[in-house]
Amino acid sequence: MLIAGKACLILALALSVYGIAASVYGATRPPGPGAGGWTGGQWVASGRRAVYALAGVLLAAFAILELAFLRSDFSFALVATHSSTTTPLFYRLAAAWSSQEGSLLLWVLLLSLWSSLLLRLTWRRAREIAPWATAVLLGFAAFFSALIVFLETPFGQALPAPAEGVGLNPLLRHPSMMIHPPMLYSGYTLFAVPFAFAVGALITRRLDARWIQLTRPFTLAAWVFLGTGIVLGARWSYSELGWGGYWGWDPVENASLMPWLTGTAFLHSVLIQEKRGMLKVWNVGLVLATGILSILGTFLVRSGILESIHAFGASTLGVPFLVLIVVLVAGSIVLVAARAGDLRSEHRLDSLLSREAAFLLNNLVLVGLCFVIFWGTFFPLISEAVTGTEASVGPPWFDRYTVPLALVLVLLAGVGPVIAWRRATPRNLVRGFRVPVVAAAVVVAVLVAAGGVAERPAALAMFACAAFVLGAVGQELVRGTRARRAMAHESVPVALVSLVRRNRQRYGGYLVHVGVAVLFVGVAASSAFQDVRELRLSPGQRATVGGYEVTYVRPTAALRAASNGRLERIELGAVLRLRRDGRALGAVRTYRSYFPSQDPSLGAISRFFEGEATSEVGLRAGLTRDFWSAIAPDTAELRPRIARGDRVFAAAVDELPPAAWNAALGRALDGLVASYASDPPAATFRVIVSPLVAWIWLGAGIAVAGGLICLWPGGTRGRRVETAARAARVARDVREPAHV
Amino acid sequence: MPDLLLVVVVLALVVVVVTAPLRARAGAEEAEENAVRAELEAARDAKYREIRDAELDHRTGKLSEADWRSIDRALRAEAIEILRRLDDVTGAPR
Amino acid sequence: MGAPFLPSAFPIGHTSIRMDPHRKRRIRLIVASTCAALLALALVYTSFSASTEARTPSQLLADASSGRAYQLTGKVVPGYERRADGTLAFQVRDRTGGGVVPVTYKGAVPDPFRAEREVIVTVRKEGSAFVGERDSLITKCPSKFSEAKAEQT
Repeated sequence: MLIAGKACLILALALSVYGIAASVYGATRPPGPGAGGWTGGQWVASGRRAVYALAGVLLAAFAILELAFLRSDFSFALVATHSSTTTPLFYRLAAAWSSQEGSLLLWVLLLSLWSSLLLRLTWRRAREIAPWATAVLLGFAAFFSALIVFLETPFGQALPAPAEGVGLNPLLRHPSMMIHPPMLYSGYTLFAVPFAFAVGALITRRLDARWIQLTRPFTLAAWVFLGTGIVLGARWSYSELGWGGYWGWDPVENASLMPWLTGTAFLHSVLIQEKRGMLKVWNVGLVLATGILSILGTFLVRSGILESIHAFGASTLGVPFLVLIVVLVAGSIVLVAARAGDLRSEHRLDSLLSREAAFLLNNLVLVGLCFVIFWGTFFPLISEAVTGTEASVGPPWFDRYTVPLALVLVLLAGVGPVIAWRRATPRNLVRGFRVPVVAAAVVVAVLVAAGGVAERPAALAMFACAAFVLGAVGQELVRGTRARRAMAHESVPVALVSLVRRNRQRYGGYLVHVGVAVLFVGVAASSAFQDVRELRLSPGQRATVGGYEVTYVRPTAALRAASNGRLERIELGAVLRLRRDGRALGAVRTYRSYFPSQDPSLGAISRFFEGEATSEVGLRAGLTRDFWSAIAPDTAELRPRIARGDRVFAAAVDELPPAAWNAALGRALDGLVASYASDPPAATFRVIVSPLVAWIWLGAGIAVAGGLICLWPGGTRGRRVETAARAARVARDVREPAHV
Repeated sequence: MPDLLLVVVVLALVVVVVTAPLRARAGAEEAEENAVRAELEAARDAKYREIRDAELDHRTGKLSEADWRSIDRALRAEAIEILRRLDDVTGAPR
Repeated sequence: MGAPFLPSAFPIGHTSIRMDPHRKRRIRLIVASTCAALLALALVYTSFSASTEARTPSQLLADASSGRAYQLTGKVVPGYERRADGTLAFQVRDRTGGGVVPVTYKGAVPDPFRAEREVIVTVRKEGSAFVGERDSLITKCPSKFSEAKAEQT
């Protein structure tokens, strides 16, 4: 099946190139039949079908790869190096994209699927733009297909095929880590859709708001997927890794955040273009930048140009990606410059106290955040270019700029929904902001009175801004419901549901604002009021951290077998009992898993402690605070026994048959872990008590829910159409505006 | 052998799918008309959304009476124009 | 709508002077551009002044100022030690062999940390020793895009 897989990839490349040619040829042909009797429309249709066929071919290729993982076919080099017979089924299927080659295949597959869906839904409504958008999307597909055909094929053959695979890195054996890449790639590839349509709109000079309306669902979906992917990565970091943090300003983390920020800015600023015909150049620039940053993010992960925990060493892909990025940037600049005349705003900003101004400021803050993160991320390269010395900036530098910008952003999330269009009068301002300001003031007063918060002014400011947002959105819901009741005479619950259902974009957006505010409350509280300790405890000893009394109850030690009965890992850990304010809160268990190394030069016993190790966090999560703990067992006292065991088993390997040797090894390891459990040395515990961490995940969930509400397709369009049509016809006949 | 068979089948399917529009002669005009109608229907729905949005903005205090009346008038005029073009395409009042 | 709200530069009672819209827009543009330029300058300045220089072990051994922070990058030498007080004592060598720098470190130790792994740690020279900054140790995720591949056709 390796040959079939490779053939599918070659076919994908050919289809991409054909599709570009057919779409461009069809779009540039004059009307009427041409050579061969074919019209431009037929060539465009053929180009569109090339996208559908591409999706089918790539699905076939991906299915071949997944089947190979499923069957543990180690003749596939990828399967041999990233999976094993003992890897659980779910991780075996997901291991396909834990490799460079498999992840590239997934990227181009997702691109082809979204492109197919886009064209299926929109080609009739964007007949002039669609062929050019098709060509751009297929251009991306051709690039990625060429990479996996010529440079990083997923269908390389392992010679000879090993009997057992290397297995999946234990660090990646976590559900959120497996879903995280597909979410991110979906976000990146979906952002290619508005990018392609923007290019098509620029080429065809169809620069009204139509292309924005057509691609809005895809832009929203990209925002949801990419945001979810980012949060999943943060959640994995917090709950799986042994440092207890969720964000480290790592270059690869930043690479995914930058297009999300510009995408968020774009989703806001297009509303201004739709309503007021303003910010056309800005919007086009934003969406092009978002598409380019998505490619940049993909590039950063694979090029190894920046030091990162995700840096995978220099690969062959750095130069091709760099060339693509340069082409995209240069092409975007040329296109926008050439169409500058068509991108003039229809209106101007009437007042700095207006919704337009608030949205513009929101955009500036988001783009400013993106610039700060870009500068900090690429600073090692910048400093080397300027001074000849590579230098980097750390989290404190990022925090210095992102914290105040985040405060302004959250504040604007409350201002935007409330402030009037065009020009807010003093009466508007008082009427609109009285409730949110009071809400913020009350929260500040309560927190200051409670004590301990005023010493962290940034956190206090964030709490106030979040209260402002909640007050503003709550007020909007009340006013909207009241308006709906006045129009339709419905009860309060029915009016509220109708209001949201009929204005999904607006109220879904408000829910997103609430989610973002809640998320930032979680970030502020967990950063500013965190208590981190390194404790060294023996069984029976206790310590106090962040108001918790922590007692090391007993050690745990176990051997864990894989699905085929073979020993997979050793676990050494501890049970900790928690009390707070005199109340028993139960126990948490934390342990460290030791996976054996495949290095044949290591001893039979010591290879278990020289391979990969993962921390299993002891986490007690709650709405108000999290207790987080990770153990670092002290294996120093086991070293003499391990060394002795290595010598014994090295000598016995020629004397005992393999089955007996393995059985003896199993008993020896049993004895080793039993000795740890019966006479455990003191262990080091990293303990973190953080308030409101759960609000981060909760806020993200609320924001995603808001995004899904925005995305939800319309329902009773027919009935509304008929009513509005009649009202419009009445209005035309009597020449007076009617009211629905 | 199974590999080769799969490749041939996939290739054949691809060729059939991609060349289908080039082999179909009839129905081009109908497809064109359907595309125009779809575009107008989408424009109509978008215009209705704008009209409703503006009214909600007015009722929740974000648009003054004068501004709303002016915007509403313009949007309804645009909606009527779209309906007129749609009537022309479909040959029926909506 | 009532009297339009005029954010004029000359709010003189009820008879406010209306500024020419073009001039108003130009002023806004100048103010906004100036603010943006100042912020960008602050960003650039603080990044150069607050940055930590990246050094390999050889570079660090050749020239390192006491008390100054450096970002040390290299591979972990086999034979590191976790002490009873929680300190991790390890050595970092150049990727291609060469200089070796001993480091003592307290803080979070990443799960992938082990011999022959690439690490990044912020260190300060204190006397003849290099002390790692708390929680600054990063170990590169080793295997997602592995350099070692099975033989392929």
